[in-house]
Amino acid sequence: MSSTILITIACLSALGLLLAAVLYIVAQKFKVEEDPRIDDVEALLPGANCGGCGSAGCRAFAERCVKAETLDGYFCPVGGNPVMKQVAARLGKEIAEAAPRVAVVRCSGSLDNRPRTSIYNGEKSCKVMAGLYSGDTGCRYGCLGQGDCAVACPFDAIEMNPRTGLPVVNEERCTACGNCVAACPKGVIELRNKGPKSRRLFVSCINQDKGGVARKACSAACIGCMKCVKVCPFEAVKVENNVAYIDFNKCRLCRKCAEACPTGAIVEVNFPIRLPKEVEVEKQA
Amino acid sequence: MRKLLVSPAPHIHSPENTRRIMIDVLIALAPSLLVSIYFFGFSAIQLVLVGAVTCVGVEYLIQKYLLKTEVTIQDMSAAVTGVLLALNLPPSSPWWLMLLGSIVAIGVAKMTFGGLGQNIFNPALVGRVFLLISFPVLMTDWNIPDSWFRAGVDASTGATPLALIKEGLAQGHTVDQIMALYPDLSYFQMLFIKVGGSVGEVSALALLLGLVYLLVRRVIRPHIPVTILLTIAVFSGIFWLIDPTQYTDPLFNILTGGVLLGSIFMATDYVTSPMTARGMVIYGVGIGLITMLIRMFGSYPEGISFAILIMNSVVPLINKYIKPARFAKEVKNG
Amino acid sequence: MKKTFALGGVHPHDHKISAGSAIETFPVLDRVYISMSQHLGAPAEPIVAKGDRVKVGQLIAKPSGFMSACIHSSVSGTVASIEPYADLAGNLVKTIIIDVDGDEWEEGIDRTDTVVREITATKEEILKRIADSGIVGLGGASFPTHIKLTPPPGKKADYLLINGAECEPYLTSDHRIMLEMPEQILIGARLMMKALGVTRCLFGVEENKPDAIAALRQFKASYPEIEVVSLKKKYPQGGEKQLIDALIGRRVPAMGLPIDAGAVVQNCGTALAVYEAVQKNKPLFEGVVTVTGDCTEQQRNFRLRVGTPLDKMLDAVGGLPDKAMKLISGGPMMGKAVANIKAASVKSTSALLVLTEEQTLRKLQTQCIRCGKCVQVCPMGLEPYLLNKLAKASRMEDLERERVQDCIECGCCLYTCPAQLPLLDNIRVGKAQVIKILRSRPKK
Repeated sequence: MSSTILITIACLSALGLLLAAVLYIVAQKFKVEEDPRIDDVEALLPGANCGGCGSAGCRAFAERCVKAETLDGYFCPVGGNPVMKQVAARLGKEIAEAAPRVAVVRCSGSLDNRPRTSIYNGEKSCKVMAGLYSGDTGCRYGCLGQGDCAVACPFDAIEMNPRTGLPVVNEERCTACGNCVAACPKGVIELRNKGPKSRRLFVSCINQDKGGVARKACSAACIGCMKCVKVCPFEAVKVENNVAYIDFNKCRLCRKCAEACPTGAIVEVNFPIRLPKEVEVEKQA
Repeated sequence: MRKLLVSPAPHIHSPENTRRIMIDVLIALAPSLLVSIYFFGFSAIQLVLVGAVTCVGVEYLIQKYLLKTEVTIQDMSAAVTGVLLALNLPPSSPWWLMLLGSIVAIGVAKMTFGGLGQNIFNPALVGRVFLLISFPVLMTDWNIPDSWFRAGVDASTGATPLALIKEGLAQGHTVDQIMALYPDLSYFQMLFIKVGGSVGEVSALALLLGLVYLLVRRVIRPHIPVTILLTIAVFSGIFWLIDPTQYTDPLFNILTGGVLLGSIFMATDYVTSPMTARGMVIYGVGIGLITMLIRMFGSYPEGISFAILIMNSVVPLINKYIKPARFAKEVKNG
Repeated sequence: MKKTFALGGVHPHDHKISAGSAIETFPVLDRVYISMSQHLGAPAEPIVAKGDRVKVGQLIAKPSGFMSACIHSSVSGTVASIEPYADLAGNLVKTIIIDVDGDEWEEGIDRTDTVVREITATKEEILKRIADSGIVGLGGASFPTHIKLTPPPGKKADYLLINGAECEPYLTSDHRIMLEMPEQILIGARLMMKALGVTRCLFGVEENKPDAIAALRQFKASYPEIEVVSLKKKYPQGGEKQLIDALIGRRVPAMGLPIDAGAVVQNCGTALAVYEAVQKNKPLFEGVVTVTGDCTEQQRNFRLRVGTPLDKMLDAVGGLPDKAMKLISGGPMMGKAVANIKAASVKSTSALLVLTEEQTLRKLQTQCIRCGKCVQVCPMGLEPYLLNKLAKASRMEDLERERVQDCIECGCCLYTCPAQLPLLDNIRVGKAQVIKILRSRPKK
């Protein structure tokens, strides 16, 4: 009896030693020398692997950061400035602070504003729909409403609003990784500076048709009327191809353009509610 | 202006749908069901009803209250599982055995994997094997319950032909001696009515009728049943030619046990069988080989349920590596 | 056993309701809209300006590159404007809009019905006439015909194959021309044989058109080099690769062209256009179009000028029925859904099909039951269920390895799927992306 136990123990121990030796030899043979700083940098990164930095994942980004001469143009949108500062400190490199950004949907073509002209009956995918035709409304530029951006968002920061048919960005969760921008076949989504106190203004339309055509397709379309350009004291608004664009680097958030816009295509975010004019007059009196 | 539908091509669809396919399977099972009801009377009806109702009910409860997803019992797939499980049990099984088997089939084998289309193993077979291992006595009790229809027909058989052969061989008899002892083992008997076996195994002819219906309706392709039966015939044929006193002949092996029921209705389950014709052939050969290995060398007299379940586990691998015959064999270079 | 292609295929119901209606000439309208993008490749460049007078058959736009084609006026009148005009998918395309005034044809076009049998043109002259007449493949892809008839250096065609399969349900325009103008088509085929320098020609027609086969075969003695082959009915027999497999049993290599299998395939409608261009000096500005549907008042075949708005075509069969839910330019398997009913016909328009909601509305999607029917029906031997999954996950490398680039977009998988999954919708997107990647890859 005891010899059986002994033989068993001996056999298993020998097997264990043999396999351990094999593992050790293989590990030695295929060992890859790596810069230890890559591991350190990777540990600093958020680990979301969202691809927002332009690399395939956090490790790939860490490798690029370690190899890079300077960190100009290297930015992790999820970790933001604090993480990038830590990365720079670990690598002994300089980094300039970047303004935080957020995704904005440049289309106000809700189901109310933009009447449907056909019924889309294919796979629920903007990519499929965009490959098929110009869209189920008179506007060839706006949101197709199938929600590819919401599917692409790794942070659950975009949701489709069933009442408007448009995506809504949750700015608390949005990290400006840019996956939604890449997923949108119409180029409706833009990453813009978040702005002081998260206040910002943007033209929520990219319709390049002439005013009349655009207005016919959507009541909230930018018609390229130039009113916003005229009222802007900072030359921040431009109209190109019949559509206005606000340069967020020049915009000082005076909101004159939004007031002047006849179609309401200019959207203001996180400003205190504007009191109606009459009320203001009363207050002064 | 009229709003027109716009979608990518194609703009028409064949009349086929999942529900229609499942109903076709039930229709193909009808001849076997009728024969069983004729022979086993109330107990067959009871088993089939308990199976179908429990499977559908369990699927409904899990989808509605546990997963809180859309309820899809109307696709009839749960009903098919229930009926198939009933056909795989001994006719004398009590109703609660059927109930338990159905709960395991749907609750464990199907819904835990994500429902229709996601399960790795055939749910009805998982239910059957669960019962076979948990209740070995009940599951090999081949006593025949009374039937109103079958008054006067002798119903003395207490074991399946395969079990009789296995037992006899173990006692040192030759195949011919055993066959002579039991007149029920004639081919004619087995083709039409074979009492001694699961509910659905009674008539080989009724099962073959179901196969013809499935093939004509193009519900299944012939690859799987044909390769299983061929493999069993070839494998058992070789042994039989070597020593006919110790091994049974190919026809006996095909007609006995659950081979026909298994190869026509269980192995051809869409979800758990390969997608390509080549894959189906490999799968069928595998089932045939394992079945015969279990029959000849295993401790169970019958092995097709295990064979199918084992090959089920290989299906993902087959699907990954066995590609269909491509149109273009060569690739233009450059 | 009748010949057919080896892999996959489906058998949708025929619905050839308009097969018995003889070709009628569609009345010339007040205004036509002639698109500059009626062919595969670069849009044509207009050579007329607003206010110019044009005649029927006059060249109004010239090719703007190697892969491009001439465009001729289909009416006589005044150019009203040259502007972007929405095509049937709602996308803007440069279009010459002509206000019609009378019906004055270019001189030199032979408008008689006499069949000109004698071929006097040389190989080069035939190719030049085809190019100058703006002929493109009328089977659907609109590939410029003169390019297809000029194999690249080092490649040689053994066969000319004429496609008279018309495997799509509902369509009858090819059927009608084969029945009414069989000899003209055969002469067109002979002209293309001369242009290609081949001695063998097979003409494939599906067995559901016995009268067309008989009409073509009555000229057997005069055209012994052209063999009319009756094919088993199966979709997508009219696909180039499938037709080559069915007729001569050769397989076009992956990523290859028919010429790599020693064959050039031309539609029977193209053959007729070639006959008219070379023998009658008539450029391609009209074609036979089926306007049909189970719910329309009439089902007719028209000889229609290019640039006719689709709604005017519908008016000719009794207008848009109340039950109509979808308009399709082409057949129900591969045709394009019409989003803009004001869009105009183009050279390759073969049909305008009206379907009801019951016939065309996609049913509720259910779970994939892994039945493998999509694999079984795929004529290219692909696994659509897998491609669908990979395309949805944007796994481009896996898609390429699973040969998504071989997909011919015939729609058999989506047609047959019992779970009503939109397989091809996703595969098409994945295929486009993979092909883009393959094109951008440097050639070895």
